[in-house]
Order: sequence, then C-alpha cells, then structure tokens
Amino acid sequence: MGVGRLSSHQTQGAVSTLVEQYKDLPGAMLPLLHAIQAELGYVPDSAVPVIAKGLNLSRAEVHGVISFYHDFKTHPVGKHSVQICRAEACQSMGSRQLEAHAKALLGVDYHETTADGNITLEPVYCLGNCACSPSIRIDDDIHARVSPERFEQLISQLGVSK
Amino acid sequence: MTFYIPQDTTALALGADAVAAALQAAGNEPVRNGSRGLFWLEPLLEVETDQGRIGFGPVSAEDIPSILDALSDDASAHPLYQGEIAAIPYLASQQRLTYARSGEGDPLCLDNYRRLDGFTGLKNALALSGQQIVDQVKESGLRGRGGAAFPAGIKWQTVHGCDAAQKYIVCNADEGDSGTFADRLVMESDPYQLIEGMTIAGLAVGATQGYIYLRSEYPKAHQLLNAAIEKATVANFLGDNIQGSGKRFDLEVRLGAGAYICGEETSLLESLEGKRGMVRAKPPLPAIEGLFGKPTVVNNVLTLAAISTILAQGAAAYQNFGMGRSRGTLAIQLAGNIKRGGLIELAFGVTLRQVVEDYGQGTFSGRPIRAIQVGGPLGAFLPESQWDTPMDYEAFAAIKAMIGHGGVVVFDDTADMAAQARFAMEFCVAESCGKCTPCRIGSVRGVEVIDRIVAGENRDDNLILLHELCDTMEMGSLCAMGGMTPFPVRSALTHFGQDFGTSSQDLSGSGDH
Repeated sequence: MGVGRLSSHQTQGAVSTLVEQYKDLPGAMLPLLHAIQAELGYVPDSAVPVIAKGLNLSRAEVHGVISFYHDFKTHPVGKHSVQICRAEACQSMGSRQLEAHAKALLGVDYHETTADGNITLEPVYCLGNCACSPSIRIDDDIHARVSPERFEQLISQLGVSK
Repeated sequence: MTFYIPQDTTALALGADAVAAALQAAGNEPVRNGSRGLFWLEPLLEVETDQGRIGFGPVSAEDIPSILDALSDDASAHPLYQGEIAAIPYLASQQRLTYARSGEGDPLCLDNYRRLDGFTGLKNALALSGQQIVDQVKESGLRGRGGAAFPAGIKWQTVHGCDAAQKYIVCNADEGDSGTFADRLVMESDPYQLIEGMTIAGLAVGATQGYIYLRSEYPKAHQLLNAAIEKATVANFLGDNIQGSGKRFDLEVRLGAGAYICGEETSLLESLEGKRGMVRAKPPLPAIEGLFGKPTVVNNVLTLAAISTILAQGAAAYQNFGMGRSRGTLAIQLAGNIKRGGLIELAFGVTLRQVVEDYGQGTFSGRPIRAIQVGGPLGAFLPESQWDTPMDYEAFAAIKAMIGHGGVVVFDDTADMAAQARFAMEFCVAESCGKCTPCRIGSVRGVEVIDRIVAGENRDDNLILLHELCDTMEMGSLCAMGGMTPFPVRSALTHFGQDFGTSSQDLSGSGDH
C-alpha cells in the first residue's frame, strides 16, 4: 500500500517513471495502473494525462478504463484494505450478518475509510475460498470461517480503528 | 519423518502458517505442499512415516505437541488422526486426473513434478506435428471447462488453420463464480500442469506467446504462478528452445482488476489489450480474430490442465471417463453451507445428491438442505426434486440449469430465496459491462420489480412483468451475463415461490419459454 503523502511533484515523477517502464508492453494499461496503485495507493487524477500521453490514448480512454474496474481507486485509501465477500457461498454461511457487523464496528459503509485513516472497507465478489465461508481479505491475506467475533479479533490486530 | 503442511489459500486462511511455525519450533521443518482439496480437513498435516503417509486434520498450532507425542507412540490414538491419506474415503473414491498430484509435494518443485509423470505430455507433444496434437484433443472429447463446454479440439483446429505471423494462447484464470476454486487449486498446488498444457497448446496451433489472465482476488496464486514460470523458464520448459526442440513458447501472468465480466472470453481479451472489459459481438470468433486481432485460443485453466493428461495418457484413456457427450472428469467444487466442502474430481454422471450427501455429509449448520445453486451466480437454484439429475452438460441443460464451471453451493432451510433472486439481479447491476441494454437496464428493473413483488405491490402484474423482463434479458443480451441472470431468478420463483409471499402456482409464468 502506498505512502499517500507525496507532493504532487513527487507523484508526477513516480507516474512518469512507471509510464516509461511499461509503455512498450503489449496491453500495458492494466499492468501500469496496478503498478501506479501499488506505488501510490491509488491512481490520482493527475496521472491520467501522463498515462494518456505515454500510451498514445485520449484522457477519456484512460479515465474510461480506470472507472470500469472495481480495483482502481481514484482517491487515497486507508492503510489497510478489508474486503468482505458478498457472493452466494458466503451468504449461505451468514456473510450478510457479517457485513452488517463490520459496518457497525468500523462505523463506515462500503468504499469508505475509517476516520483514523486505518481501514478501507470494500465488498468483494468471491475470494475462491468457498468451502470454508464466510471469507474476508485483509490486504493480501485471506481468512476463512470469519464469525463476527473472529472479525473483531482480526480488526483489533490492525491497530486502532473507530 | 517428513512433515507436510499446505500453502494454498484455504489452508493459509485457516492458520496453516501458525502450524508450520509450531512444527519449526519443535525442530521439524515442514514441506509446504499444495492442498488435496479436502478443505474440511484443512489445515491437513501429513506425515511420511514408516507406515506410509498419514494425516491429521484439521490441526491448529496448539495440536502440534500432542501430535508429535502420538507419532512417537501410537499415532492412531490421536483424536485428529485421519489414517493413511490415500485411503481417506473422500479422496480414495475420486477419479483424480487433473488433481492426481495436488498436495503431493511442494508445488514449485520441478523434480517432484517430473517424478509424478509431469512433462510427459509435453515430451510426447514435441514428437508430434501440430495437427496430430489437435487430433488427440479432438479425439479425447474434451469440452471447455469454463462453463460453455465448447469442444476444445474444434477451437484449436480453427486457430491451427489460420495463417498468421502471431497467434496467442490465453488462459482464462478469472475464476469469478461463487462456489468455485478448482482453477485456484491447480494454480496453487500444481502450477506446472497449467504451464505444460499451455505450452502444448502453443505447439499445437503455432502460438509462441501465452497469457494467463488471473483475477486479482487470488494473490497467492499470482505469487506461485510467477515463481513457477520463472523456474520452468530456467529449466527450458518455457522460452526459446523448449527442451532443445528449437520450439518457442513464452508465458506471462496478467492480473485482472476485480471485474466479474472479464471471465467472459471477449471481455477478457479487451481487458488484456488494456481496455474496458466490454463484451465483443461474435463473429468474428476469438479463434480467428482474438487478442490484438490475432488468432487466439482462449481456454479455462482446467481445460488447459487436462491437455497435459490427454497427451501423457492418450486421448482414449481420457475419453473413457464420463457419459454421453460429456467426456473425462469434472472438477466439482462443493461449497457454501456444507459440512465437508472441497474439491471432488469425478467422471461426469455422478448425481448432485451423491455429491452433497455422500461427500458433503449435509449442511455445516446441521439443518436440512433447502436449495443448491450449481454453476455460479448465473446458475439455477435446484430444489430437492432435481437433485437426482446426473452431472452432465446435457442433463443439466434439460432442466434449465447448467453445470458451468462445476461450483455447487448449498443453502440450508434458513435461506430466503426471494433475497437470493434479488441478489442475482443486483450482482448483474454491479457487474454488467453495460454494452447491451437488456443486461444493463434489465437488471436494475429486475431488482425493482422483485422488491415490489415481495412488498405485495400489484403482485400479479409485477410477476408477469418479471417474466417478460427475464425473457428480454435471455433473448436480447449479448453474452451469458444478462442472458443467464434470469436462471437463478426464475428457478427461485418456480421452486421457492412461498418466499416471494405467494404460492408457487402463480409463479411458473406463461409457460411459453
């Protein structure tokens, strides 16, 4: 997850470097956007013209791609990403209750970040862990059979969030 | 004694790393193997002993001291003792071809892969012409395992027959259906099998570049695939001179970005090209004008993995499994509210009841099963009267259901099927690519109409409207997203009408579709 405290000058520099690195790759757009997001935590609006110029596309086309995919964020996000699976297998094991519990505990709705900037809550449609539902993902770790109590334990390990 | 503790996503999600750490602390460095797919036993600790390979599961770090004690005395006395791994009935009764190696050893160990018959298919393929490989695939009867079940050999023949300077092999690893994890298990537990299958595909049709389009929800698979590709390249199983043959095949993993629709092959190709994942109209077929406008084989992970078995053991051996026009084995993924969920590889033809009752042993909650959704979010909800249907593409199509990618999601009697029908429409709203109106707008209207029916608002008129809306989506959508979202909706209405606040007789529609 990115640092999110770079000056706009530093941000532009990081984006330009990545554009140079990726622009000759066939179908460079998604790998480039993933790389920018890995570096900065999100894809800032100011990156759009730089990407467009580097890949010889219009700004509208770049914006169109960024806005199509759920993964790409256009604003800074929390230090940790917490995703709750909303798909059917998890629903059959109580994920609807888990969702409600998570929102109440964190005091945020989906796509929102806790006031201390620690956690961004997101829905996800399937983590491929469907024999041991309900599942959640915290950053790059998947957790199985997450009861509301287990959720609280896992969240408490991420530090203060309210 | 050698200890094995899996490193696949499910085992990790259940605490396998802590178990491994406890073993290390006790002076036993475990091999991090793949999973057998017996997820109800994960984390499954396996121990190679004088008496064979035995298992304990599900284990936590706290169980390690007592297991180590038992091993030096009487292992079978331990409460988590599962006996000899290969004799566990859940596993012993399966017909494992694709998953024969899964869980045997470190998924990245090339020697282990070769020891277990890996790269035999590739070796055989290198001695054949492209057409001969295509003929083998045709003869095997293999049909695409992604969901559409199109004969793989026919697709390959088309690409083989195209005259082009550049062709591509694209592996669809965007396994987005809820209740499915078969692709993930191959990629995390036996990644070389996929690499081998794709390389054979490249040799068959004359393609030198492959891409694995992997969903971003699978970080562990991403890490393992990249490592496997690197090792395979170093060992000359990929690259510009495969095993000294002078043949070239390069492979790269590309990450999706959280769009379900990119599992649809034309949308996937758009995404690989760096665009919005908008579905393309067909024709042209991807086999003729696919990635970057070039002839392209697009196959699911399981289809490509099966190729290595077919080339290793022969088309006839593979063709011997199955029923009717569904040949070979099916990777059934038993999930949801189930006591013993996991991967069950069997020849086509087993009934759903056998799967959920014999393997699954009923629900996790202990309550009666009410509905089973097969084939992901676009699959029908099946009531008990349909559980004796054999798992065969045609038999499922005959009851307006589909096998799809083989996911089986079980719901107990607390499930609200009206809420599930609403969710099917809601999911289509969230995931439609937006290109065609029936899918983009129809799904939004579908959510609204279901809400009105459940609220008892003009129920009769709204039921007619919902059926008409489903007709429009089925017949007017460009791809299966809009075209099949009505399947779960209609099946919920037909079989579980009481959840919509009305009797099921009112709900079967006009009967003309």
